[in-house]
Amino acid sequence: MIDFNVAPFEVVRDYDKCVNCRVCERQCANEVHHYEEGFGKMISDSTKCVDCQRCVCLCPTKALKIVPNRNSFRPNANWQQKYLTEIYKQAESGGVLLSSMGNPEPFPVYFDKILINASQVTNPSIDPLREPMETRVFLGAKPQTIQRNAEGKIETKLPPRLKLSMPVMFSAMSYGSISYNAHAALARAAEKLGIYYNTGEGGLHKDFYKYSANTIVQVASGRFGVHKDYLEDGAAIEIKIGQGAKPGIGGHLPGAKIVGDVSKTRMIPEGSDAVSPAPHHDIYSIEDLRQLVYSIKEATEYKKPVIVKIAAVHNVAAIASGIARSGADIIAIDGFRGGTGAAPTRIRDNVGIPIELALGSVDQRLREENIRDNVSLVVAGSIRCSADVVKAICLGADAVYIGSASLVAMGCHLCRTCNYGKCNWGIATQRPDLVKRLNPDIAAERLINMLTGWNHEIQEMMGGMGINSIEALRGNRLMLRGVGLNERELAVLGIKHAGEV
Amino acid sequence: MLLEGEFRNPAGCAISAIFDKTGARFSGADIIDSIAVMRDRSNGLGGGFACYGIYPDKKDLYAFHVFFTIHSARKDFEEYIARYYEIDSDEDIPTRKIPEIVDEPEIRRYFVYPKQQYIDFVKTGPDECVFRTVFAVNTEIKGAYIFSSGKNMGIFKAVGFPEDVGRFYRLEEYEGSLFTAHGRYPTNTPGWWGGAHPFGLLGLSVVHNGEISSYDANRRAMEMYGYKCTLLTDTEVITYILDYLTRKKSLTFEESAEVIAAPFWSRIDRMGEEERARATYLRDVFSAELVTGPFSIIVGFDGGVMALNDRLKLRTLAVAEKGDKVYMASEEAAIRRVCPSFDKMFYAEGGKPIVYRVKGGKQ
Amino acid sequence: MKKIYVKEEWCLGCHLCEYECAYANSGVSNIVLALKDKEIDPNVKVQTDGKITFAVSCRHCDEPMCISACISGALSKDETGAVTVDKSKCVGCGSCVMVCPYGAVRITKEGTANKCQLCMNNTFGEPLCVKKCPNGAIVFEEK
Repeated sequence: MIDFNVAPFEVVRDYDKCVNCRVCERQCANEVHHYEEGFGKMISDSTKCVDCQRCVCLCPTKALKIVPNRNSFRPNANWQQKYLTEIYKQAESGGVLLSSMGNPEPFPVYFDKILINASQVTNPSIDPLREPMETRVFLGAKPQTIQRNAEGKIETKLPPRLKLSMPVMFSAMSYGSISYNAHAALARAAEKLGIYYNTGEGGLHKDFYKYSANTIVQVASGRFGVHKDYLEDGAAIEIKIGQGAKPGIGGHLPGAKIVGDVSKTRMIPEGSDAVSPAPHHDIYSIEDLRQLVYSIKEATEYKKPVIVKIAAVHNVAAIASGIARSGADIIAIDGFRGGTGAAPTRIRDNVGIPIELALGSVDQRLREENIRDNVSLVVAGSIRCSADVVKAICLGADAVYIGSASLVAMGCHLCRTCNYGKCNWGIATQRPDLVKRLNPDIAAERLINMLTGWNHEIQEMMGGMGINSIEALRGNRLMLRGVGLNERELAVLGIKHAGEV
Repeated sequence: MLLEGEFRNPAGCAISAIFDKTGARFSGADIIDSIAVMRDRSNGLGGGFACYGIYPDKKDLYAFHVFFTIHSARKDFEEYIARYYEIDSDEDIPTRKIPEIVDEPEIRRYFVYPKQQYIDFVKTGPDECVFRTVFAVNTEIKGAYIFSSGKNMGIFKAVGFPEDVGRFYRLEEYEGSLFTAHGRYPTNTPGWWGGAHPFGLLGLSVVHNGEISSYDANRRAMEMYGYKCTLLTDTEVITYILDYLTRKKSLTFEESAEVIAAPFWSRIDRMGEEERARATYLRDVFSAELVTGPFSIIVGFDGGVMALNDRLKLRTLAVAEKGDKVYMASEEAAIRRVCPSFDKMFYAEGGKPIVYRVKGGKQ
Repeated sequence: MKKIYVKEEWCLGCHLCEYECAYANSGVSNIVLALKDKEIDPNVKVQTDGKITFAVSCRHCDEPMCISACISGALSKDETGAVTVDKSKCVGCGSCVMVCPYGAVRITKEGTANKCQLCMNNTFGEPLCVKKCPNGAIVFEEK
């Protein structure tokens, strides 16, 4: 049979530099490299390479680079090479194409077409190194009326909320889709930073119950690992309706990954596939959601905020409006570029809408209905840097979730083959020899470093705008201007074009 | 060129106030003298005064001060108002023709009270009726603009230097227990009288010096609560925030100041438990009403006056007391001009409200 | 004293430490020139039973048996407590090799004893195996 597959990458080895140390060979779970004893040199099989860059990073003499394969099909603006190779794969396998991480296609990135303001003359900028610069955020519903006691003092009891030192949290990534060590690093970093990480739908490993004050526990359609202690352990409980990478479909963690503690934590037998249904089968309508929200609140004695997470889809504003009236305290919206451990390629690349536009319309809609105070808004779906955080807050978010960015901080190079289960960085894998490659001490420190850096940058940008508290940034759309956006896009984002006063 | 309200127009300013703690009334002449000293903080593109206690004979009626910029507007306005209000009296506001003030619109005042059916319909009291009317008129009746709507108080403002505006409105002929004044230095020249300050709603009036950086966050919050920001100025949104906090949420002016110029978390975290819970509550619940960036404001209200500086103290604001009189101004000189020897003088601290109330008045 | 410790839990068996050690002690400033076409003889060696991997180097014992066994006075403790070799005194008898319980001393091709000297006698000034370990499995610390 003819092999139609063309290696997407080429491994280029500089033999003048290669010292045959064989580190690349030992580090590649895809078995790209091997030492050819008889010839005394390293040989690479490019067809197996996923461009994860592990060998490149570890090569002591920097003798390796991975480049796109220059082999080219006859150029065709319509029939691009990827469509041909995908057809070859499907013609061979008859299967659904799978992909991982976020949508890589060249759709507009609205964050990159938005610019931030700064003060000049009429209003002083503020130097965060000299003046207080506050990034503390509370998430949760706000009371409608102020109660006073007999002495006239304000009753200060508030609905349950989350307190964040900065407006960023680690988004849901299940134990199973990522490794024990990756979870350990996220939990430790969240605790140290005064923020939260999210268990995802795979339950919570018993070792991590000690981080409960910084843990958001998720209840998804498969209800894996959900039990009383689990719910009670979370600082907040998230009902996952959908995920930006794969709106409208469930999840599928192959039985091969349901081993040992993953099986115990998910409360399903070893080797059985963990299939999350597409919908929650007890939520076929918005009133059903309300019942689940209140079931969870009853179960946890109204002590914990309930988050409802949805994917950004076309009618997201209407859905959010329904959720804001469902008793939920926080709405999390995941844009179409959000990451995943595995999703059908066609869904990942074609379903959902950009988070910037979803946020623009949801925040405005909730305000028009005067229900914005019922909920906090958390957005996700490719927040890549501190400027994205600032822009999201200005558009109206209370905080953001970061998933991919946190994995990148730990070493992920977005090779987008999480679904192979052979992550060379020890993140998206359950193979013990690979899991071991992620030392949580190092990974936690890198996460903390990244967000510490981001927080400094957020403060610098706030100071530049003359704003010294993050709440004055929230929904402050006048601080943003679009570049190269048309009138409809500007209207949805609720911002003016650069150059307009 | 765009009109005021169609774009955001940052402005620098001078502010000044004189208040009598006993509620005794005095002439408006002094406030003109005081604000005139700070002429170089204005640029002739806006000046105005808020005067409290000036209509003692009609103190239970709402005094609407209205600009009509097109001829048909007055008829539309009067028809509209007659439907919902008992009109006690109406008249042209007396002015003095002076060369410094030009292009004046028709300026009238109406002493009114909502009809009982209207109060019953609105359910939450006559203030809410007036609140709705002000927004309805200002957004729906082209060419009519209610720029003052409180009881026993009135705002007088125009395009020009504040001392000229004072002479134009014959302010020295009024007697009141509180006068505040504003001279404007806008960064654009819309030439629209409604854009001058003070800005008022019901019995509240605000004069403000600064440019707030939280503007759009505040504006969008206020719009959610039913306020329509038609001028897009800081003063307008600060007035709405104060109305929202004090009237709709029943916070005191001191508590409102703690929302607007909230203490830093670093300070809150060091407070005793009860105080910390209260401060945290106010910051958390009213996070959208926090105002950042430089400002000094003087707020006139029924029965008192409040001065407040932003929490970083980026604007100057002096306060002096002499006997029962209180003086406040952007510059000390503006106080010394009208009160050369005072009992004490101090500068407002960042985020610390300075509130004076008429003795025996409501809190 | 600060010593090199290995956290077996995190050792990946990648053998990078061996090459970095060889480079550090080569006296050559470029890693390619130091290692290219050379057979390396590092002071740290990754031991494995097929499952567990572990990088072994001199423990710098409190009471080093190698020093007691040395017949020529070539091995001694310096002021920091590190066990060092004076090659000019070494006669290559191999007594130290016989007594070292860790197998951390060896006789080199030059015929003298060699072992880890914590990179104190080369230009790196800090153990390069520690600095370059990709997973934090080798640490240099006070215990």
